[in-house]
Amino acid sequence: MSKKRWWQAIGAVLVLALGIFAYQTRQVSHAGESITAVGSTALQPLVEAAGEQYTGEHLGTFINVQGGGTGTGLSQIQEGAVQIGNSDLFAGEQKGIRATELVDHRVAVVGITPIINRKIGLKNLTTQQLIQVFTGQVTNWRELGGDNLPVVLINRAQGSGTRATFEQFGLTNHRSKTAQEQDSSGMVRQIVATTPGAISYVAFSYVNATVQSLSLNGVAPTEDNVKTNRWRIWSYEHLYTKGQPRGLTRRFIQYVQSPAIQKTLVRQLGYLSPDQMKVERDVHGNVTRLEGGNS
Amino acid sequence: MKTTQQLERQLKRHSKAAKLEIWGKVVSFSALLLIVAVVVGIIGFVASKGIATFTSNHVSLWDFLTEKKWNPGITDANGKPEVGALPMIVGSFLITILSAVVATPFAIGTAVFMNEISPNKGAKILQPVTELLVGIPSVVYGFIGLSVVVPATRAIFGGSGFGILSGTCVLFVMILPTVTSMSVDALRSVPRYYREASLALGATQWQTIYKVVLRAATPGLMTAVVFGMARAFGEALAVQMVIGNAALMPGSLVDPAATLTSVLTTGIGNTVMGSLQNNALWSLALVLLLMSLVFNLIIRLIGRKGRLQ
Repeated sequence: MSKKRWWQAIGAVLVLALGIFAYQTRQVSHAGESITAVGSTALQPLVEAAGEQYTGEHLGTFINVQGGGTGTGLSQIQEGAVQIGNSDLFAGEQKGIRATELVDHRVAVVGITPIINRKIGLKNLTTQQLIQVFTGQVTNWRELGGDNLPVVLINRAQGSGTRATFEQFGLTNHRSKTAQEQDSSGMVRQIVATTPGAISYVAFSYVNATVQSLSLNGVAPTEDNVKTNRWRIWSYEHLYTKGQPRGLTRRFIQYVQSPAIQKTLVRQLGYLSPDQMKVERDVHGNVTRLEGGNS
Repeated sequence: MKTTQQLERQLKRHSKAAKLEIWGKVVSFSALLLIVAVVVGIIGFVASKGIATFTSNHVSLWDFLTEKKWNPGITDANGKPEVGALPMIVGSFLITILSAVVATPFAIGTAVFMNEISPNKGAKILQPVTELLVGIPSVVYGFIGLSVVVPATRAIFGGSGFGILSGTCVLFVMILPTVTSMSVDALRSVPRYYREASLALGATQWQTIYKVVLRAATPGLMTAVVFGMARAFGEALAVQMVIGNAALMPGSLVDPAATLTSVLTTGIGNTVMGSLQNNALWSLALVLLLMSLVFNLIIRLIGRKGRLQ
C-alpha cells in the first residue's frame, strides 16, 4: 500500500512539474514579442535564416517560420491566424484569396529553369518544343534531337508556386499534361537525376551537377538574364501581411528588405534581390522597364 | 440509541470499496465519453468539409466518383471544375488488393510455421521479428522503397520506376507483420482437440493443417487479411513516396498512379481553406473515412459469421 502511495506521489509531482514547466514556457514566449510566418517552401530558407539573424540581434523576439506551401500561407494570413504569409505567387493569382485585404512585401526574386536528365543530351529547346514536351505532343527525346529515351514528365503538386510560375511563363499559359507530381524541389531533382528521360523544373538554387538545366531559345538560365527579363521564368517571393504590418512584424519585414540582408543572405541562398531587377512585373504578368536601371 | 445511529451511519456510508467502485466507473466512463466525442467530432468535421464540394461548389456526386480528370483548380469546357476522383479511388483499391494478395500467402505460411510446425523456433525468432516490423515507422519503409524498390523496378521494367508495382512492394512489407500476427492468433484459437482428433484419425500433419486447422481458422484469417487491407488503404507517406502521384487511370503496374492518400498529402498544403480545391481534398478524405468504416463492417460481419458456425 505504501509503495502504491509512493508511486502516486511521484506521479502527482511529475504532472505538477510538467504543468509548471508548460506554464513557465508559456510565460516566456509571451514576455518577448513573437510572430509566425507560414507558407511557401521555396521562400522558407530565406525567412528562416533572416529570422535567426534577427532574433540573434534583437534578444527577446521570436520569429517562428513554418512551411506548408503557398496556399497554406495565403489562407492562414487571410484568416489572420499568423502575422506573415509567405507566397511564391501574387495573392491575386491564388483562388479563394481576397487580395485587396493583403499587403504585399517583395523580398526576393527567384528564377526557375527546366531541368532534364543528363543522358538526354540536350542543352537547348525552343519554347514551342518545351510546350510540346509538357503537353505530351512529343513523347520521345529523339524527336527533338536527343537520345532515344521516352519523355518522363515530373510536375510539382497542383497549386505549387513553382509550377504556377513555370506554366505561366515557361509554357506561356499552357497547362502541363497530368503526370507524376512531387511535393518538393529536392525530390524533383533527385528523380530527374536518376530517371532516364526525365524533365522537370526547379528554382536556380536547386540546380547542381546531377541534372542538366536547359537554355530556352538560346537564352541561358542565369541571374543576369533574369534581371533583364530575357529569361522570363521567374517570380517574386512575397511576404504578405493582413493590413499594414505593425510592431515586430513591420520591423522584421523592414529588416529582410534592408540592404544588409538583400546584399548578403538573399544572394548567398540563391535568390536575387528585387533591387537588382531592371524590370518590374505586375500581377497580370505585364513587364515594365525600371527607370534608372543601369546596365 | 446512540449505537443504533452509529450503526446506521456506518451501514449507509459508502465503504472504501464502494467509493473506489464509483471512482473507477467515473474515470472509465469519462475516458469513453472523450473518445466518443473525438470520433464524432472528426467524422462530423470531415463530413461537413467533404460534403461542401457537392453542396456549395455544386459538383455532382456521380461526376466526382466516375470522372477521370483531377484538376480542381481548372474548369472544363462546360464550366465545370475537373474533380474526377476515379483514378485515385482505383489506385487505392488496386494497390490495397494487390498488396493483400501478395502478403496473404506469406503471412499465413509464416503463421503456420510459427504455430503448427515449429512453435519453439517461431516463438523465439519470428515473433520478435514480426513485432519489430510492426514498429518501424512508415517513412522508413517509404525511404527504403524510394532508394531500393523504385530503382529496381526501373531497372527491370523500365519507365520511371514509380507506380503501383513499387507501391505494392512497399505495402506488402508493411502489412505483412499485421496480417501475420493476427493469423497466428487465429490459428492459436483453434482448439487443440481438433488437431488431436485429426491426427488420431490417421491424418498427416500437413493434412491436419490444410484440412482442419486452416478451415477452422478461416474467419480469423479473413479478419487478418481485411485488417491488413485497411492498413494498406490508409497508408499515406510510404505510398506517396513511391507511387509517383499522377492522377491518371493506371494503364499498367509500372505507370505512375495516385492513391487517395497520396493526393491528399501532396495537395493539402497548396490549397486555400474553403476553396473548391480544398473542399475536393476533404471529399477524398471523406471517401477514405467511409472506406475504413466499410472495412470495419466487413471485419464485424466475418466475426459474426465465424461465431455462428
